[in-house]
Parts: sequence; structure tokens; C-alpha cells
Amino acid sequence: MVLGLIQILIFFALVIVVTKPLGLYMKRVFEGDRTLLSPVLRPVENLWYKLLGINAEEDQPWTKYAVGMLMFSGVSMLFTYAALRLQAFVPAILNPQKYGADQIPSHLAFNTSASFTTNTNWQSYSPEATLTYASNMIALAIHNWASAAVGMAVAISLVRGFARRKASGIGNFWVDVTRGTLYVLLPISVVFGTIMIAAGVPQNFDAPTVIKTLEGATQTIAMGPVASQEVIKMLGTNGGGFFNANSSHPFENPSNFTNLVQLFLIFAIPAGLTYTFGKMVGSVKQGWSVFAAMSILFLAGAVVSLSAEQAGTPQLAAAHISTASSDTQPGGNMEGKETRFGIGASTLFATVTTDASCGAVNSMHDSFTPIGGLVPIFNMLTGEVIFGGVGAGLYGVLMFAVIAVFIAGQMVGRTPEYLGKKIERFEVQMAMLATLVLAACVLFFTAMSANTFYSNTSKEQAQALVESGAKAADLGLATRNQMSASVSLDPKTQKADIDKLPASSRWNLWPATAYGNSTDTYYGSTRNNVNNGGAHGFGEILYAYTSAAGNNGSAFAGLTANTPHYNLTLGISMLVGRFMMIIPLLAMAGSLAKKKFSPASAGTFPTDDATFTLLLVGTIIIVNVLTYFPALSLGPIVEHLQMQQMKTQ
Amino acid sequence: MSLVQSNQPQHRQKSGSSSLFNPEIIRRALKESILKLNPKQVAKNPVMMVVEVGSVVTTYFAIRDLIAHSGDAMFTLQVTLWLWFTVLFANFAEAMAEGRGKAQADALRRTKTQTTARKLEKGVERVVAASELRKDDFFVCESGDMIPADGEVTEGIASVDESAITGESAPVIREAGGDRSAVTGGTRVLSDRIVVRVTANPGESFLDRMIALVEGAQRQKTPNEIALSILLSGLTIVFLFATVTLLPFAHYSVDSAGQGSVPTITVMVALLVCLIPTTIGGLLSAIGIAGMDRVMQHNVLAMSGKAVEAAGDVNTLLLDKTGTITIGNREAVAFHPAPGISEEALADAAQLSSLADETPEGRSVVVLAKEKYNLREREAVGLVFVPFTAHTRMSGVNIGDRQVRKGATESVRKHIESLGGSMPEAISQIAQDIAREGGTPLVVADGKQVVGVIQLKDIVKGGMKQRFEQLRAMGIKTVMITGDNPLTAASIAAEAGVDDFLAEATPEMKLAYIRQEQAGGNLVAMTGDGTNDAPALAQADVGVAMNSGTQAAKEAGNMVDLDSNPTKLIEVVEIGKQLLMTRGALTTFSIANDVAKYFAIIPAMFFVTYPQLRALNFIGLTNPRSAILAAVIFNALIIIALIPLALRGVKYRPASAAQILRRNLLIYGLGGVLVPFPCIWLLDKLVATWTH
Repeated sequence: MVLGLIQILIFFALVIVVTKPLGLYMKRVFEGDRTLLSPVLRPVENLWYKLLGINAEEDQPWTKYAVGMLMFSGVSMLFTYAALRLQAFVPAILNPQKYGADQIPSHLAFNTSASFTTNTNWQSYSPEATLTYASNMIALAIHNWASAAVGMAVAISLVRGFARRKASGIGNFWVDVTRGTLYVLLPISVVFGTIMIAAGVPQNFDAPTVIKTLEGATQTIAMGPVASQEVIKMLGTNGGGFFNANSSHPFENPSNFTNLVQLFLIFAIPAGLTYTFGKMVGSVKQGWSVFAAMSILFLAGAVVSLSAEQAGTPQLAAAHISTASSDTQPGGNMEGKETRFGIGASTLFATVTTDASCGAVNSMHDSFTPIGGLVPIFNMLTGEVIFGGVGAGLYGVLMFAVIAVFIAGQMVGRTPEYLGKKIERFEVQMAMLATLVLAACVLFFTAMSANTFYSNTSKEQAQALVESGAKAADLGLATRNQMSASVSLDPKTQKADIDKLPASSRWNLWPATAYGNSTDTYYGSTRNNVNNGGAHGFGEILYAYTSAAGNNGSAFAGLTANTPHYNLTLGISMLVGRFMMIIPLLAMAGSLAKKKFSPASAGTFPTDDATFTLLLVGTIIIVNVLTYFPALSLGPIVEHLQMQQMKTQ
Repeated sequence: MSLVQSNQPQHRQKSGSSSLFNPEIIRRALKESILKLNPKQVAKNPVMMVVEVGSVVTTYFAIRDLIAHSGDAMFTLQVTLWLWFTVLFANFAEAMAEGRGKAQADALRRTKTQTTARKLEKGVERVVAASELRKDDFFVCESGDMIPADGEVTEGIASVDESAITGESAPVIREAGGDRSAVTGGTRVLSDRIVVRVTANPGESFLDRMIALVEGAQRQKTPNEIALSILLSGLTIVFLFATVTLLPFAHYSVDSAGQGSVPTITVMVALLVCLIPTTIGGLLSAIGIAGMDRVMQHNVLAMSGKAVEAAGDVNTLLLDKTGTITIGNREAVAFHPAPGISEEALADAAQLSSLADETPEGRSVVVLAKEKYNLREREAVGLVFVPFTAHTRMSGVNIGDRQVRKGATESVRKHIESLGGSMPEAISQIAQDIAREGGTPLVVADGKQVVGVIQLKDIVKGGMKQRFEQLRAMGIKTVMITGDNPLTAASIAAEAGVDDFLAEATPEMKLAYIRQEQAGGNLVAMTGDGTNDAPALAQADVGVAMNSGTQAAKEAGNMVDLDSNPTKLIEVVEIGKQLLMTRGALTTFSIANDVAKYFAIIPAMFFVTYPQLRALNFIGLTNPRSAILAAVIFNALIIIALIPLALRGVKYRPASAAQILRRNLLIYGLGGVLVPFPCIWLLDKLVATWTH
């Protein structure tokens, strides 16, 4: 526990140290000032503008900025979709496993391209069994850069909305994206990529190595250009791993040192942006008060998660397993955690990856205790504002600041204002629109998936029916309340029989044959895709949509999501969660930029002190708790209470 | 509330409506709250609309259960009743807020009826109904006549009793030309005869507007109110989502737990109503109306709620020196003789020049001469009084050839130079010194010789300095407007403690100053009465016109002070702030309340399905039915409990925003989270005892 706390503090100290210099640097970059790297990068930047015919001097109104952002995201998403579906046609060196379109059906390609475009990096698939190296390095990796740069651009343009006075424009989307990539993401990635290689992360194009283990079994060891993707995966709060096991895989994250580096990279830019924000609006204290609110929520989550996991469960105790830590044993709940990281580094990683919308994991969140698992869900439900995604965290927290100021600001006897800008009808409309759409997305899709029955058929019934040659319609006989089981059928040998299943059952078909299994799996009810029943299973579904709509991408890992139903609904959640947040906020930026500035006086609501920090924390918690408390209480909360009473389902 | 209250005329207490909870108003409000159940009316308030729809739904289930003896009819019925009460209570709050205005409007309407007019047509008088008068008609009024329409005196002078409008019983003078020419329909001429040109058609008169305003008939939501409504509607929709999706969540939970049943629609509606911000939703319009009404109680007529809201936002107050910062008149405090002249001789000349001067300054010179040298007032025989004119800027007397004059330094210099004299250097020096100290020098000349200087001093009102300090703490800058020269102005400004001053102010300078402040992002409030104030009044964010002022000024401003007391600007600002604070406080309270309601209802809903959730019921509510009922009852009663707060406004203390915020967050934020727990616990025990 103490060691865990020390880890939290060391990590957090690093974040505090980097915030100011990185924030200052980013401010200079986005304002087009000269920086250390300008002599090298400015010519590249200008050449790029010339090549693409971008007028870098143009100041765009929010509408044009938004259209640019949508076009950029739309085109790059289409590109990725096409590239994934056509992955069979890449040169053999980049596709040693000979993967093709079978491995990535259209619903999965939609889900994946939406996922990477929106900086979510949810992976419904197992990368090493699905993607060619080319898909990884080009089709997906470009989004690791692009989506992060888009996030930064949007955040910066919202900050400009606050900083500018009576201005019609909020910046130039193309310039912001270019500068974010060129001056911020690229240099840091180069430096840290080298460090990662030095620390033992592979970077090669070799085919998987097959070895014989000591017991004589064969083992396939995956290879690939891991290090280059690893840094941007963290730095851009992307989180899409090179391997299915993500950062718990020893090649992605070999040691405690690389683990700390990864954690640091996740928070670096989001933390720095708070300083950039303060600097741009003319008061660094404004930035620090936002930073402080984020820090409180981060530290609270990290400590709760750590103590919940370290405490273990009554079930472990009842099985006479010691949950106390000792010199040789970590104690607590070690299920799903890597021994080289232990409880401290695992819970810290879980907290950080869900605070920021990274979604990389170094342990299996599904195996956490209920409270330990509640922390990541809660972090994501805040809308990813605890440092949050690159850019996304800042614009998300500013949206909450606007709501906080609007609710409580009037209590000082003035109409609400934030950073000298009046918060009026339009701003409230946009903030509420974003909040509403996100809540609707998480709640309705969770409700849908917890209750959709594409085919109410138990395995035995289905097989019996198929054998007796019954009509397809007869397969929907089972009662609604019966928890139906999945139906595994081998398409190669029973092609005719599959046709007898209701057509709708294909909506929840896991194409297992594409990954070398002998049968496909028809799950029937979408409830069956969860590994666990009861409240925990509900938590798995809730976690998935929360993660998707919050653009986090981490998985509770207990859900088989690679079916058309989940791929489509999750994909839609990701697009909604990203763009229905960005567009209202860009509109808000446009409206704010046009406003005049009222100078602060003793009568102005102070937004740079501890009171505001606490108010912001309170608003983030209350608004989210009020929206999601019923869902949470039927998931992790009741699960925790059941666990305490030694009653599990 | 105010430190200088004692200096101000007592605000008139309007007949029968002084108390907040007058029985007559309550009776009227009870009736209104039923009438306001009309869906068309409720639809204006999205939050209450949801409650009403919910009530209709549970009413259906209650009736169905009663007839079919199915379900839990008694429980459904009780929930239904309390849901209806929630709507009724909100309606009642609004009706209470409107009540006082309505009573006042009735009184005003009575003055309007049966008025006839003596219309002048080509010099011939004809008696017509007041309603026949049109713009630019002329009418005559003599003592005892009711003035039939708003107008401008074109001929004559009269004393007018305006108490019907202002509540002030002392008569005022209205005369042709100048800034006191406007008369208001519904007031009464007490003496003399005036001819008036009509300036407003029937239905557009000041009285009509006043009735409409106090009644709230033309009340439109203010921009901030609209924004807040959007926030509340947004939250309502979020909670609608949370409740609607709880049903499928419950299906999943019941299926997987294999026990219990999904909550009934009645319980879902109860949860929804408890979560949506009914407290602020129900009180929002009452707060707005009460704010305007509070302004009215100060005898200020706000033309829109927007103006009151803007008053809370004001950063810069332009205050006229005279009447606001200083008590109207200057006072002679010292005589400074010219070299070679005794002080007594100066006093004598000064007294002579002022004998016929009836201005307060003139009177004070006579008084000072008497106090200091016991110079008695002389019979003014053979004295020819020379009045002050804008041209000469001097006054005095002629006694035969002897010319005694007093006036501003420059004017007297010109005067004596025209007679062949010259101004001694010492006199200029004395005059400058006086001006620097904030006094006004009046140079006295006897013939072509300057005999000395009278020192006049402005008297700053008691308590103003503290008042300005409070305003500063609240972040409001005070600017003194004066016609004095910069030196004098600076000195008075320092004595009164204002932040800035505008000396030798002209209406153009005022306008320019307002524009400059606004360009810097500040909101400006000012008072004015003259026609030449109209542009500045229109430009200011809050322009309070004096009722004694011209029609142009009254139309340019967005408030009219019926008492014509410029100090009231400060109170108007405070009322504006109080209005916004009340809105913010109740919004915060309302949202914070939800936490407790969740803890009451969620465990009750899944009592059988997930018995473990009982751990969330840490306040120990008796059973699921009593818990849900207690939450619903609390939700309804809190509206009633907060009506006095909504109508009176939260307590206002001048302090910095940071202090006010901390205090209010503690009371309404933290209080809002904690208060419902004991209340719901108590209600639960009552409900449980009663139903057993």
C-alpha cells in the first residue's frame, strides 16, 4: 500500500514538473511563435502548406473549422476502412501471416476505423490474429497521430474562443493539426521511441517466431514494429495496442521503467495543455485551478483503486489465501495483474488510462474488485476530463467549467461569466447538447444490449431444431426471461443448417472461423456476449459503451464485442461521443470569440482559486453521479455489496 | 440593508399589499394555482410540464387500480396526490409572486376609469371622454381636474398631486418649457391652469404601461432566465433518459437475479419527478416576478426584467454629484477678504449681494454673515436685484449707482475689467486654493473693486463613503458626474470616496464616458432627468429616469424612479444582484437535493431483486413504500418551504464575490446535499406511522 502510494506520488511529481515547460512550448507552437525546433521544422511546415495548398494565414470561423475537422476525420476514416478491408493486397513482407478481409469483416472494419478516427482505439479484435503489419503501421497508426492532433486543435480553438475578443475566427484547423503533429507529437515520439527500444521493446518486421517450450509444447511469439507504435499510443492517448494483451504484454511494456514512461506519456500533453490554456487566456492561475481539479479527481481515483485491490476480497480470505502484503507476496487481489507490475503499478495504470482517454491496459480491469473496477468506469463516465484525452480532456473540462459557472456563478449576484466571457443561452445550449447526447448514447445502448434477443434459443434447442429441420421462425421460441445460450455452428460442415437460424441471429454472430476456430458462434441474446452473469455482466456492458462514448477504448475484457451488433453500436457510440462533443464545443468557441471581454473585478466570480477548483470537482461528480447512479448501482455497486456479503451470482 | 436609508423618504406602502403574505393575496393565489393547471400555461415551464404529464399517468394507474382492485392502489393514489401537489405548489408560488402586482394594478386601474377631458379645439373647449384624446390634441386642466392623458405642458404652470403614481403626497410643480413640463395621466391638478399637448395615445400611456408592468402581463423571460430554463430542460431530459433506461436495466437485473420484479410505472414516475429540478423549476418565474416587484416596492418602475438583471451586472455607476453624493445645496463656510479690506466689510458686501438671492447658496451667505458678524438682514429698500443669468453668471444688487455682484471668478473678472478695474493676484490665488480644497469660490465685487471671496462648500451626505467602499468591495466602480471644475470635483470626489469623476460634465461627455466604459466590457448604470440626458440614458445598460424629468428622458431610460431620488440607483443594483443570487442559490440547492433522493429511492426500487442494495439506505427508511413517498412528499413540500426565500430573495450582504460565493456554496450547495436526509427520514417515519 505504501509502495503503491509512493509510486502514485513519484508519477504525479513527474507530471507536475512537465506541465509548465510543455505547456509553454505548446502555447508558442499553436500561436506560431518561434521555438527551439523552428529552424528545422518551419521549412517542413511551410512546404507542407504549399503542397496541400493551405493558406496558413486564414483565420477560420467555427463553421469552417468544423467542416475542415469533419472532412479530415471523414476522409481518413474512409481510408482506414478501405485499407483494412483490402489488407490482403499489401506486400508480403508487411503481411507475413497472410491476413485478409476474412479476418476483418465490414462491421469490424467500421468499428475499427471509427475507433481509431475518434481517438478511442477500442479493439473488438485481437490485433496479432487480425491485422497485417501494414494495417497496424499505416491504416491505424496514422490515426494515432491524426486523432490526437485533431483533439489538440479543437482544445486550442476553444481556448482561443475564451482568449479572443470580438473576433470572428477561432484559428485555422489545418495549421493547428499540422503544428500539433509536427512540433509536439513527432519530436516527443522520436525521443521516447528510442528510449523504449533501448528499454527492450522490439522494432522489427519479422514473422512470428515459433518455438518449442520446455514442456515440449509449441508457442508462437508475435513480432513486429512495436516500439514506434508504443510511444504514440500513449502520447496521443490512443491506447490501441500492437498486441491483444496491450501494455500487459512483455514486448509492449517490458519493465517497471517502461511502465512509468508509458504512464508519464499518457498524462504529459493533457497536463501541459492546462498550462497552455492558462497562458493563452492571460492567467496561468486559471490553468492551475483546472489542473488542481483534475489532480483531485485523479488522486482520489488512484487511492481508492489501490486500496480496493490491495484489500483483496472476503472470498480470497475465506479460501485461506493471505491478502496481506509481505516481502515476497503482493497480497490483495492479484488476479489479472502482471507480477512484474504488482498491485500498485496496475491500479495506477488503470486509473491513469481511464482518466485520460487512453484505454491502454497493463492489467485486466475485469478482474478487479468491484470498487477497483468502479473507479475506471467512473473516470470514463466523467466524460474523460480528468486530464483526459489529448485536447479532449481540456475541452471536456472547460465544458464542465461552463456548466459549473452557470449553475453556481449567479450566486455572486452577476449573470454567469467565465474568463471574462458571459455564459449565455447559446453556450448553455451547446454544453447541454453535448452532455445529453453522450448520456443518451451510453444509457440507451447499454439498455439495448442488456435486453436484445436476436434469437432466444438454447444450444440444445437450436441443435435439436436444426437436426429436425424445423423452420427458421421456430427458433425464437424460448421465453424472454430465459437466459439463452450461444449456439456454435460450423459453417463449413453445416452450411444448410445455419440458414435455418433466424436471419436476425447473424446480428450477434462472432466470426470465430476467421481466426482459425472450427465453428462460428451465434450468441443469440446480446446478454450472452458477457463472460459473467449478474451484476458483473451488466457492468461489462456498461463499461463497453462508457468506454466507447467516452472515446477511451479500454475494455473490461469480459465482453465478446466482435459481432455486428456490438461493432455497430459501439462504433456509433464512438462517433457520437467524439463529434457530438466537438461540434457543439466548436460552436461554443465561435460564439465566445465574438463576445466582448468584461474585465474581472472584486464582484466577478473568481475562477482561479480553491473554491472554484472544488466547485468544478463537485460539478463533475454530481452531474455524472446523478446521470449514471442508477446504472452504477445495478452494476459495480451492488456487486461490491454482494461480494461483501459473500454472495455472488 | 442600506446605510443611508434614513436620509431617504419612506417608501410608500401600497394599500393593503405591504405584507408578503397578505390574506387577500393568498386567497387569490390559491384560486390561481388551480387555474394554472391548464396545460397551455404549464407548457411554458418544461420542468413542471413533465411533472404534470407524470401526474396524469399515475392518476390513470391509480384509477385503474382502484377499480380493478389490482396493484397497490393506495400507494399509487398517494404518490399521485403528491405529484399533483407538486404542480399546484409551483403554481401557487408563481401566483403569490404575481399577487402583489395584481393588487397594485387594480388600484391603478381605479384611477384610470371615468376620466373626462376638456379638449381644446381651435381655442374652443369641449368635454370629451379621456379615451377620445389622441396624440397632439390639446386639453385644459384647472385646479381639481384629473389630468386625462400623458402630455407636455405648453402653457401655464400648476401644482400637481402625483400621489396616484408615485405615492408621494407633496405636490410638484409642472410648467411649460424646461425639464419639468411632463404631466402624467391619472394625476390631479391642485392649483392654477395649464394647457397640455397629448403625447401618448390611449393604451400607450405611462399609467397603462405601469399597470401592465406591475401585473406582469407583458413579462417576458429575461435572457438569463431563458438560459437557465435551457439548462433545467437539459437536466430534465438527462434524468428522463436515466429513468427510462432504468426499466430495461431493471429487466436485466431481475432476470439475472432471478427474484423480484421490475419497478412499476408509478415508482418510475416518482423517481423521475424527484430527480428533475422541480424546486428551481417551480420557483423560477416567481423569483423573477418577485425581483421586479422588489424594485417596485422601492418605487422604481422597471420597464423589463432584463433591466433588473442588468442592474446586477453593473460594474460602473454614474452618480450625479448633486442630490446623490452631496446634499443638493452648497453652503457658505468662510469669507476671504481682499488685501486691505476687512473681513467684516466683505461680509457686509456679500450679505448685500445675497439679500434678494433665494437660492440655498444665497441664503447660506446671509446666514453666515449673521452668525459671524451678527449682520442683520436689512430692509431691501432701493435695492434692485440683479438675478443670475446664464450669460453673466453673476447675481447681485444695484443700489443707485453702486453695483454689488458675486459670481464665478472669470465672470467677475470680466465684469470689473469692463468697469476699468482689475482682479488682484491675491484673489485669484485664494479662489484657486478654495477650488483645490473642493469648495466653490464666489468672488464679491463692489463696483470695480474686488472685496473678497466667499467660500462655498459641498456637503457630502453621511454614510456615502462607507457605501462606496462596499460597492468597491463588490467590484463596482463609482463615478461622480458634476458640472464643477476639475479641481473642485477632484476634492469632493476624494472626500466622498468615489473612484473616478467627470468634471465640467456635458451630456456629450457623459455619453462618451459611457461608451468608453462599455468598450472596456463594463456595464454602466446612470440616472438622469433632462432631455439632454436622453442619449446617455439610452446608451447606459441601466438608465434610471427621474419621474420629475422630461418625457424624452423617461422614454430613453429602462427604469423610472417615481420618487426622483438618484441615490436609489445603488439600491436598484443591489436588488438586481439579489435576484441573480436567489436564482443561483435555488438552482444549486435543487440539483444538490437529488443526491439524497437517490439514496432513498434506488434501494427501495430493488428491495427484492438486490437486497444487498439496502446498504445504501443508510438513513434507515422504514420500507420501500414509505421511502418513495417520503422522497416525493419532500420534493413537493420543499417548494412551499422555499416560497418565502424566492419572494424575499436570499440575504444580501455587500462583500466580494469570493466571500459571497464561499458562503452561498456552503449554505445552498453543501446544505442542499445534507438537508434532505433528515427531512426525508422524518417524513418517512410520519408516513410509516400513518399508514400502519
